Amino acid sequence: MSEPVLSVRGLKVYYATPDGDVLATDDISFDLERGETLGLVGESGSGKTTATSGILRMVSSPGRIAGGRVTLDGEDMIALSDEEFRKRRWSKLALIPQGAMNSLNPTMKISAQIADVVRTHTGAAPDRARVLELFQMVGLPERIYEMYPHELSGGMKQRVCIAMAVALNPTVIIADEATSALDVVVQRVVAQTLAKVRDALGVSMIMIGHDMGLMAQMVDRIAVMYAGKIVEIAPVADMFARPGHPYSKILIESVPSLTERRPMKITEGITHDPRNPPEGCIFQLRCPHVNDGCTKPQPMRELRPGQTVACHRAEELEGAHV
Amino acid sequence: MGRIPRKYLINRLITLALTVLIAASMIWVIPRLSPVDPAEIALGRMASGAGAVANAEEILAQLRAQMGIDQPLIVQYFKYLKGALVFDFGLSTATFPTPVSALIAQALPWTLGLMILSLVITFVIGNLLGALMVWDHSPKLAKVAIPAAMVFTSIPPILSGLLLMWIFAAKLRWFPLTGAYGLTVDPGWNWAFVQSVLHHGFLPAMAIVIVTFGFWALGMRGLMITVQGEDYVKLAEAKGLKPRYILYRYMIRNAILPQITAFALKIGLLIAGQVLVERIFAYNGMGKLLYDAILDQDFPVIQGVSYVIILITALSVFIVDLIYPFIDPRIRHEGG
Amino acid sequence: MTSTDHQAEIAADKAARKRAKRMKRFDNPWLNPKLIWGAGLLLAIVALGLIGRMLWNLELVYTGSTPLKLPPLGFENLRKQPGVLDYPLGTDGSGRDILALIIMGAPNSLFVGLLASLIGMSTGIVLGFTAGFVGGRTDDVIRVLSDVMITIPPLLILVVFQSAFGDVSLTMMALLIAGFVWQSPTRLIRAQVLSMKQSGYVQMAQLSGASTTDIMFKEMLPNLIPYLFGSFIASVTTAIVTAVGLEVLGLGPQRIPTLGRTIYEAINAGALIQNLWWWWGIPTLLLATMFIGLLLINLGLDEVSNPRLRKA
Ligand SMILES: Nc1ncnc2c1ncn2[C@@H]1O[C@H](COP(=O)(O)OP(=O)(O)OP(=O)(O)O)[C@@H](O)[C@H]1O
Ligand SMILES: [Mg+2]
Repeated sequence: MSEPVLSVRGLKVYYATPDGDVLATDDISFDLERGETLGLVGESGSGKTTATSGILRMVSSPGRIAGGRVTLDGEDMIALSDEEFRKRRWSKLALIPQGAMNSLNPTMKISAQIADVVRTHTGAAPDRARVLELFQMVGLPERIYEMYPHELSGGMKQRVCIAMAVALNPTVIIADEATSALDVVVQRVVAQTLAKVRDALGVSMIMIGHDMGLMAQMVDRIAVMYAGKIVEIAPVADMFARPGHPYSKILIESVPSLTERRPMKITEGITHDPRNPPEGCIFQLRCPHVNDGCTKPQPMRELRPGQTVACHRAEELEGAHV
Repeated sequence: MGRIPRKYLINRLITLALTVLIAASMIWVIPRLSPVDPAEIALGRMASGAGAVANAEEILAQLRAQMGIDQPLIVQYFKYLKGALVFDFGLSTATFPTPVSALIAQALPWTLGLMILSLVITFVIGNLLGALMVWDHSPKLAKVAIPAAMVFTSIPPILSGLLLMWIFAAKLRWFPLTGAYGLTVDPGWNWAFVQSVLHHGFLPAMAIVIVTFGFWALGMRGLMITVQGEDYVKLAEAKGLKPRYILYRYMIRNAILPQITAFALKIGLLIAGQVLVERIFAYNGMGKLLYDAILDQDFPVIQGVSYVIILITALSVFIVDLIYPFIDPRIRHEGG
Repeated sequence: MTSTDHQAEIAADKAARKRAKRMKRFDNPWLNPKLIWGAGLLLAIVALGLIGRMLWNLELVYTGSTPLKLPPLGFENLRKQPGVLDYPLGTDGSGRDILALIIMGAPNSLFVGLLASLIGMSTGIVLGFTAGFVGGRTDDVIRVLSDVMITIPPLLILVVFQSAFGDVSLTMMALLIAGFVWQSPTRLIRAQVLSMKQSGYVQMAQLSGASTTDIMFKEMLPNLIPYLFGSFIASVTTAIVTAVGLEVLGLGPQRIPTLGRTIYEAINAGALIQNLWWWWGIPTLLLATMFIGLLLINLGLDEVSNPRLRKA
């Protein structure tokens, strides 16, 4: 395999609070291969957005990057000066933000907000034709060129964010729940747009979300996050066919299916205090298969080629129902 | 593009007209409620000048006719409103028979000049400093020095005026104590005069600036903290835009909007504060005119000055309201 | 990881813990230092008025009851007279003791400010709730009226009033000023009522059968208290500024000592050029203290109701 385009090692992002640090992202590692799309799933609050902000070096007070290494295109991102890192932003590493609704400057025209990022990184503002080409790529009408964000629907704003992300042909795009604020129909359409643009440009992508169904159609590999830790990484097919971690299993079985009616498995959120995680396995308090071994540290280990998991009972439980 | 929604415009015009009408009416009604008879005051002044007055009743009646207060109230009221519309407030009783409007015309440019200068300086400086207090890339000094200066924020400008006057005019003698220009210069477009005006205007302007910039800085600080947490600022950072560009185009540009509304609401108080500063510096503006009129019980002048100052306030608010849609696209389109 | 990395990490951890501790200190909003300092300054002024009335000879506020233009204790005036213990803060140009003047005058300013704001606030609360809840024509009238009245500077109307009527009492002055400080609370409450009406929880209360007045006073008012408090302090400031302004123009109450009037007399007597700094300076200092106290309270309240302001 060639060298990964993005490699994250031991990334820790903590938020300081009066009662101690929230370990929002705690020691996560993964690689993103060139041209690949990696899905990052996990319930709300599991630290997906925080991990992204760590990679983008956008953690602001009270948060801080408490350790780790990020390598993009062979370049150590943590070691770069602020100014050097700023130049890498967007031209190499672009973001489709979680809150696209509020991610556009209300006092600037849409076209100007696309133009300014291009001007900053290439030195020349894009001409009208280039902006319209971007609009067309994501299915936006020409008339919004002169418009302000408040004149657009949520779906349109989301597309603007996609158009903005691809404007500089970045190496990696991180799409943080690019669709979850939209209604179901628009969600699918925007997701298709995203997939289309990705395939057209051949860009590598990290796609964040909690919709396993959508993930299954869009990504090559899936990383599952729980309470700040990655508990399993596997190719999509393996993940759905033979999930190694009990939590992955629960996530997959919670995908509604037409052919088979099952009771919903997930009933509660993360149960432990994020400031004070349990010793050993992060999932032990909610795991149906917990035993004495779970209080020992659970490093990621290879279950089969391409599939790594942080559970000492993975082989044993394979095939067992949750 | 760039058009003000009609509904918004009509709304603002109505508010402007109502403000002026209500203020003018108050100024007219209040004295009519008073038992004091302006004709008798005028007579008293004549008497003190000429010793005894023989045919007092006759002269009183004459004075009343001259002042127009022998007519039915409703007629007086509409005559007054008509006059106010064209800035005709009758004749000054202290410097009889100078028209009040002539006195105001002399004083107004000074007040407007000082006002525009000090309000603009204080608004710009205050907001800039408030923004710098929040901005991540500001020099450390900004975050320490500005809050210290903030203590003066709520002190009225007359008090700061007194202090500045004492230190820089009475003790150090760097600046003249009173007046708007020196007695030795010729008013007109010559360098000596301009220099003298700037020299005289500096302390009054500073008196206003040092105690009002903090108000804007504080407000701006709160707004900037809010804007800093907005998704669009975070995305601007992720876009790798230059910090300075983000500061003015993404942060200040949005945080300033409520400040401009606040400016419109605050103008009245700021102008009133300035009138007092003019009074203590004996600056040749509306403040001094008002103060002299109070001393002389020159009622038409008091009325005229109050009316014009309120009109300036209302017009300033109106102008701010007209500019607002051009800087906030959301108002422009919704017509709210 | 190298050891320098590790050390940096420990230092960062320490800084974070310190930061966290600092945050914790704000957990009780009433322990906010700005709030305490502000309230302390105002209380000191009230105490000066109250204790001074008991301990000091107030007859000294009458003209000619002291030698003229004596400096405060420890200073010398231009005629080389030293300050004396009988008049520790000096005397003015017409033979009055400055200490007696400020003991009498300082509480007056606070009184006008508090009374005017109390009346203004009460009016504002009633009008704001009415406009927000009743809506329609009533709302239009109240909204336009407050838009109009917020533009008119109270000082000028008061100048007109007093020039026509002659003397005013403190209470009358407070009443007149109250006519100009109801607009901000009205607008504030109206806006809050409108936004709360949209948010779910008033509707919830309505569904559970609470009456409108119940909703107004039991559900909404408690949420508005920090804002109202802030608005109250702001109108106290406006009222005092207006009263002092009036006094400095030689208007305001003529027969009782006020800080503003003392400053007015000092300016008229040329105290600035004669270097009689204590005559105008001490009342100025006292007023400044009052305004700084009010400002600190307001800043403290802001921090209580908006936690984000507490950082830095
Ligand atoms: N400023 C902050 N201060 C303290 N804790 C924070 C802060 N921001 C986030 N957190 C905590 O960090 C954890 C992870 O948050 P994050 O936003 O990364 O979750 P997420 O996986 O993106 O969730 P979602 O799917 O809802 O977007 C949460 O427990 C959250 O409470
Ligand atoms: Mg998130």
